Order: sequence, then structure tokens, then C-alpha cells
Amino acid sequence: MGNLVSRREFLKFTGGVAAGAAALPTNAEAAQTADAGSTMLPYKAKPVGKAGGLAVNQPVNFTFPDASSPCALVKMGNPVPGGVGPNQDIVAYSTMCTHMGCPVAYDPAQKVFKCPCHFSMFDAEKGGQMICGQATENLPRVVLRYNTKDDAVTAVAIDGLLYGRQSNIL
Amino acid sequence: MANKDRVALPPVNAQKTNLTCHFCIVGCGYHVYKWDENTEGGRAPHQNALGLDFRKQLPPLSVVMTPAMTNVITGKDGRRYNIMIVPDKQCSVNQGLSSTRGGRLATVMYTPDGVGKERLKTPRMHTGDQWVDTSWDDALAIYAGLTKKILDSDGPSGLVFDCFDHGGAGGGFEGTWGTGKLMFTAMKTPMVRIHNRPAYNSECHATRDMGIGELNNSYEDAELADCLITVGGNPYETQTNYFLAHWVPNMQGGTLEKKKKWFQGESFDKTKVIIVDPRRSPTVSICESIAGKDNVLHLDIEPGTDIALFNGLFTYVVEQGWHDKDFIARYTKDFDAAVQANKLSLDEASKITGVPVAKLKQAADWAYKPKAGGHRPHAMHVYEKGIIWGNDNYLIQSALVDLVLATHNVGRRGTGVVRMGGHQEGYTRPPYPGDSKIYVDQEVIKGKGLMYTCWGANPFQTTLNAEQHRRVILHRTAIVKEAMANLRGATTQQTIDAIYDAVKNKGGLYLVNINLYPTMLGDAAHLMLPAAHPGETNLTSMNGERRLRLSQKFMDAPGSAKADCQIAADIANAVKKLYQAEGKTDMASRFSGFDWKTEEDVFNDGFRKAGTAGAPPIDSQGGGTGYIATYELLVKAGNNGVQLPIKEYKDGKLVGTEMLYMDGKFDTADGKAIFKPSQWPGLPKPVADQKAKHRFWINNGRVNEIWQTAYHDMYNEFATSRWPMAFLEINPDDARSLSIASGDVVELFNDYGSTYAMAYLEPAIKKNQTFMQFAYFNGIAGDVTTPWTDRNVVPYYKGTWASVRRVGSLEEFKQTVSFKGRRFA
Repeated sequence: MGNLVSRREFLKFTGGVAAGAAALPTNAEAAQTADAGSTMLPYKAKPVGKAGGLAVNQPVNFTFPDASSPCALVKMGNPVPGGVGPNQDIVAYSTMCTHMGCPVAYDPAQKVFKCPCHFSMFDAEKGGQMICGQATENLPRVVLRYNTKDDAVTAVAIDGLLYGRQSNIL
Repeated sequence: MANKDRVALPPVNAQKTNLTCHFCIVGCGYHVYKWDENTEGGRAPHQNALGLDFRKQLPPLSVVMTPAMTNVITGKDGRRYNIMIVPDKQCSVNQGLSSTRGGRLATVMYTPDGVGKERLKTPRMHTGDQWVDTSWDDALAIYAGLTKKILDSDGPSGLVFDCFDHGGAGGGFEGTWGTGKLMFTAMKTPMVRIHNRPAYNSECHATRDMGIGELNNSYEDAELADCLITVGGNPYETQTNYFLAHWVPNMQGGTLEKKKKWFQGESFDKTKVIIVDPRRSPTVSICESIAGKDNVLHLDIEPGTDIALFNGLFTYVVEQGWHDKDFIARYTKDFDAAVQANKLSLDEASKITGVPVAKLKQAADWAYKPKAGGHRPHAMHVYEKGIIWGNDNYLIQSALVDLVLATHNVGRRGTGVVRMGGHQEGYTRPPYPGDSKIYVDQEVIKGKGLMYTCWGANPFQTTLNAEQHRRVILHRTAIVKEAMANLRGATTQQTIDAIYDAVKNKGGLYLVNINLYPTMLGDAAHLMLPAAHPGETNLTSMNGERRLRLSQKFMDAPGSAKADCQIAADIANAVKKLYQAEGKTDMASRFSGFDWKTEEDVFNDGFRKAGTAGAPPIDSQGGGTGYIATYELLVKAGNNGVQLPIKEYKDGKLVGTEMLYMDGKFDTADGKAIFKPSQWPGLPKPVADQKAKHRFWINNGRVNEIWQTAYHDMYNEFATSRWPMAFLEINPDDARSLSIASGDVVELFNDYGSTYAMAYLEPAIKKNQTFMQFAYFNGIAGDVTTPWTDRNVVPYYKGTWASVRRVGSLEEFKQTVSFKGRRFA
């Protein structure tokens, strides 16, 4: 059973990251929490912009946690659940539809992300809630941290499984 | 709770079984992977059962694999297993697509702390003031004893049922046969209603009387049609993957080569779509996005005027000479009478329906005018609740099928006149033991019936005039609870005697709920028996193109829950024993023939026996060739199964029927299809009276994210966070006039009842019209529907008018629920 690894063994050797990864983090805490199924994979925090540099309703594209995971950062202009920044209005989401991975497009008029493949729509102002569509998950939310000292917005984790991955960290 | 950001992959040796989605009629094919909880597959393609390379980001459209498609279940042996339920790419129905409902098949499987935590696990008995768990023996002793007492003293009509008659969850050919044999052969009761309607009837009497079964084409025909016509349907939300996998490619031009190959020598314009619906549904805007506005015609008729629409088109088509005279002469009868009876000018049709004459002409041009080169267009007509629950069921269907027959849009590939369907189908039963249709709800309201078994059905959420019906049942069942509360240390016989006294002499009603969950019926029931659903039991169903599949058991049902057919057998065997003990052999023999050990035994006893030599009369959707299918062959046929009726078993494969009536022989005595006169009758008086008194039309129907009564979804946070309460789409100007904002709770009321909903302001909704989510657990649309039915006791759910008032505001809704437009543009 070369391809079968017991779950405990697997976590012990890989630190919660999937088998076959070249670099194996050894963060035991991350391993435990990953086992509990929470959003505590060992993400590497990434600065994604300054709050003051964001124009309202104009999404800024970035990738997180790696180059093959496109995301969008949006300043909504009014406080929203999960929003960070001085006005608690900055949010970020994966732009791969959770259904089948098609790129979702931001519609500034509605402030929603729309998928052209099977017509799912997600509300940027309601934590990525699916408005109507065929996904079984809301849009994965990029967990942001805001630092008042330098006005920096940093991506620190992703809440929800990215499309086309067994684990959010490859 | 945080969402998952990793899932376990199935190892290559994970157990793999077939599961047809048990929610809507489409019946998408899924694979279930099951493996030990302590192992998982690797990310390289040869290390996981999906064969995909998870070492890097998968490209779009490679897979649907979400956390909702995974779960951890516990076997009877205490061992825990991972499960993953993903769509089957080889299934011709869904071709690897999953809907937001079927994508949650794994989520709804039982776990002690998951969506299924409220499942019934053991029989429960109400003692008069509380529920207690009890054994099957105890529960069956009460059920069988009371049944026998009523049969002996009052006859079969004292035994009332509301029972599923369909496929999918709670149903299947095993479930309908088991329950049917119990109700119709053993008990012989005619007092039976079907899950969402108040009598034992079809929703398609007219088309059947005309010789055309309502499921007469294949999903593939939607890829071949020149013109797709949907009447009172909303396929994006309610037959999702039929729409996405078969309609969308046609609208995009992706099936043009296929059409050229199939229909050589014909010319093909851009595919046209005609949508008959008073409401601009999400399907309308999506079709416009795909096909372009120029190729989509939305005929937004006045509510209840479908008959006038079809009669106007029928008259116009005949005037133009676009009808198929040769086909009509050879294969049909009574055409001339229908032309006379249905005669309606386009001007008159326009006046009644509110649709301009130009649009009516455009529709006729697209659907019925011969194509360049003289070929008849392939116009596929599908319909669902707008007709089925419209004004009136029998007449609308007649008017539509008249138009379809005249233009020969049945029995040709790329056509069909087909109901879209709600549940899957799965009907095999002995003939109904009555000679007329009984309006069971009204009988119960009048105080008739002594024992009411609700079986995989919920008449509190899914009936018309629902408030009165529910109030009467709550009152009558409370009488029995009072009697039971006074018992102390009573034996089974004493308990039965006390119940019987309450139902016979005090106006009570004993209510039994056989279901997965307690549901709202738990408020009234005295006994609840735990049932199983696909995956926990083997079950066969057929979908909207008559495609028969076997969903294989892959896990145990919770506690002592059983398949419906097994519960029916247990009841029959318990009653039989009582009669045997009394030496009543005639009655004991009526309750015989339930010695089934497995679901396969039930399938063999009903579906496979129908039409065979020596078999009793059986009404079966498998017809007389169902015997060819065996469980073994169906396992082999996988998620593609076989389309009924089966023609033969050849070269190791079951061969089915893709389209009915291609030989021009219809289901009538002489094989000729029959035209039916169908004049527009206006609105029924009780409906017209409500319309005159109350401002808002309360259109109603299903919503994409919720399946049926939300029996699972009411425990699923993804579903309830979107829809914490039944929503009411209302025009923003109308809402402002009543000081209503999105997220407000509103009351809808008329002469029949009142109900509540969450307001959802939507500019696409016309003034003085609304749309309410149907059958929800939190806001019941049927509470304000009149008791009026058509000649076959089919409700007119859509014929509901009520007043609306603002009750108050819920901050929780406003903060957590999106109120943005649901129509993709």
C-alpha cells in the first residue's frame, strides 16, 4: 500500500501539508489544528496593500497563498462583516468559483462576484455568501490583518477550501 | 464556525458505489467513495481514487470536489469512515456537473453531530405530554392493533394516508411497491393522498387521456431542438444540470454539428428560447445572457391565462397552415372539434394574456413556422408547476398538447411535450382501490378518518388551504393526546382501546409520522417511525427521461431506522399475526406476501413482476418489460442505467427507449392521439373573489438552494444562512408603499389564512405581484391558497391572492442575508 498512509503518520511527517510536498513545515501546532479541520494551515502572511491606497469599489488583484491562487482585495466603502481597515470595509476573496474553478468577475455596480460558467454569484458585502448558483460553499474569504501603525493590509489565511485543491497550501 | 481548508482524498482502493442524486427529477449520477477514517489518498494522480494531480492547482472545470461533498460516518460496528460523494463525469445526465443541492449529498448523510443529528433513530411514542423512545415491537403492536381494530369495526376508510408516490429520497420502486401493497392490497383503503396534493391522482391526467405519457423524450433532445419552450418552469433553479448540460450547449451553438448530423438537409438558425412565465425568473435572465436577448422571448402572461395563450397560438398556427395535416390525419383524432372549441384570435389572446400580438406572432414564427427548405422546426415543449398547479391543470395541459400535436412536436427527435418534474419517479403499485378521487384533506377537515399515517410526506407544509387543514389536525390529534395522558400503566390493548375511543367517539385523530425527521408533523403526531434514504438502503428510481438507476447502499441507517418497504412489511406482518391469532384466515391472507428479506426482494416482487404471467394487476412505470432489469444488471449499468421501457438485454447491456411514440402509436385503445377541447374558463370563483379583495398575487415555487420542504436543509447552515425564512420577492415601489424593506418580516393574509415571510425587494417583480418560496418550514405559502381544485382534485397553488403587511424588522436577517438580485445578467 505505497499510496496509503495512515492519517496520523501522514500528519506527523508532513505537518498537515499534503504528502509529496518538497518542503515539510514542522509546526506541530499547525498540524494539530489542520487535523481539526479549521483554517489553521501554516499560511505564510503576505502584505497585499495599504488601506489608504485602495479606491472604493475598485478591486486589486493579488495571489495568495501562492501564485496559482488568484484573489481580489476590495474596499467596499461601508463597513461590512469581516471587513478590516480604518472603516472596516476592506475584504478579500479567492476569485476561483468554489463550484468548478472558473474565474469570477467583480461587478462594481452590484458589488458581487459573478461566475460566467454556471452563473453563481457571491456577495462581496456578505462574507462571500452565494446569492444564487450551483456552488456548495460561499466564496473563500481571505482573512486579512490590518496594522494601524503602517496602514498595511496583510493576507494571513483563507477561510474555505480553494477550488481544485485538496489543501489550500499546495 | 470556520470553514474547512483541506479535505481527505479517497485512496485508490476506496470502496466506490453508485448513487443517483435523490433530490430533483434530473437524477444526476454521483460516485460514493468510502474508506477508513485513518487513511487518505495521496496527491499524485496514481495515489488517489479520483486520479487527479493535486500536487498543483487543478485547472477550471476539472472537478467538483468541495468540503460539502465529504463527511465522516460511523458504521454499526463503531468504525468510522470518510465518505466523498462527487459527480460522475461519465453519467450522460450531468456529465460531471453537480448542483448546489446534489453537491451536498455527503453533508446530509447521518452523523451524530451533523445535518442529520435530528434524524429519527428509534420509534418514538407520544405519551400525551411528552415523546419517549420505544422499540419497534412496541410501536408496531400499537400501530397494528389500532389498524386491525379500525378495519374490523369501521372498515378501510378509517385508515387515512398521505404517502409519497415518487422516486428519489423516500420512495423508489421498492418504496412505492411496499407501501402500495400495504395500503391497496392489504388494507384496501382508498383514503390516500399523495405527498403534495389532497387526493390520489396524477398531475398529468389530460396528456395521458390524450395518449401521451408526460415523460416522452430524452434530455439529449434539448440539445437538438430548434426552439426550446418552457411553460411555468424555471429549469436553472429546479432542473439545474438538465439545463446546464443539455440546454446551455444548444443555446451556445455547441450542438450545431450534432443537429446537422442527425437532421441531414435541414437548415438551422440560432436556437430560440420561449419562456412562458408571469415572473421574470432567474432562468429568463440566464437564457438571455447565453443565447442573446434577440433569441429569447419571455411571454409574461397574466396569471392563470395559459389556456388563452395556447388557444390563440393554436388558432393562429392552423390559420397559417403550419399544422402537420398528414400526421394529424394518420395518427390523431378529434382535431376539427378542437379547432372549433379552442378558437381564439390573437387579438383576443393578447387581451386576455396581456402579451402583445407581435410577441405572440414572434413565438409562433420561432416554434411552428416551417424552416427554410420547408422542414418542420423541432420545437421542444416542457412544462412544470406553472401548468400543473395552474388554472386549470386539466385544461391547460389539453390546450398545450393540442398545439403540440397539431405541429407534430412529439415522437420526433428534438421535440417532446414533457413535464420537467419535481422529484424523480418510481411508481409500482397495485391499482388504487377506489373508483373516484377523494379530496382527502376535506374529509379530514370534516372529521372523517380515524388514523392518519403520513409517510415520507408532510401535509402541514405541502398542501393547499394548509392553515385550516393544520388547525383541524392539531385539534383532533390533541383529543387523542388528552386521552393518552390519562393512561397509567396501561397495557398495549388498553392503550389501543383508549386511542380508539378518542378517535371513534370524541372526534380525535391518531397520527403516525413515518419519516427521516420529525418535521413539523411532530407537533401533531402520536407515533413516529424512523425511515431510511438512498445510501442507507438500495433504491431504484427513474428520472425525467425515464432513466432507471440503482442507488447502492453504502452505509447503515441511524439507530434502528429502516427502508420504507421494510417498514411496510413489518406493519403487514404484525397485522397478519393478529388475524392469524384470531383464526381469521381471509384477513391474514390479505396481509400476506410481505416476506421480503432485502430491498431486492421487493423490487422483484413489484417492478419485475408487473405484466408477467400469473402476476396480479400492477401499475408500473417499468411496464411489462421491467422483469429484464435485475439489481445485478443495474449495478453494471451504473449511473447511466437504462431508459424505460426496456427493450431487451443484448450483448451484455440493457437496451432502453430514448423517445416514445416515434412510430406514431400513442397510448390509447386504437393508438391514435386525441385532441381535447379546452376553452379558457376564466379564474375559478374562489380565486377571483380573493383577487378582487386582496392586492397581491402570491406566485410561489421552489428556490435553487433548498430541496423541497427543507427536511435536510433546515439543519444545514449553508442553506439556512441564505434562507432563514421563506422569502417573498416584492417590487420595491410596492414595498415602499407599505414601508417594507428587505429583511423585514411580513404577513400575508386573506380569507383562508395567513402566513409569514422575509421580504426581498426585487425590481424584476411586477407591481402587485410577488413570489414566495413554497413549502418552507418557516413560512408556508399554502396557508393562503384557496381549497379550489380542478376536476381531478389537483390544486391551483399559483392562484393565490393576499394582502401584505409589515410585521417588523429582524436585524439578524439584514446583517447576514444577501438581498442582491438573484437574476444573473
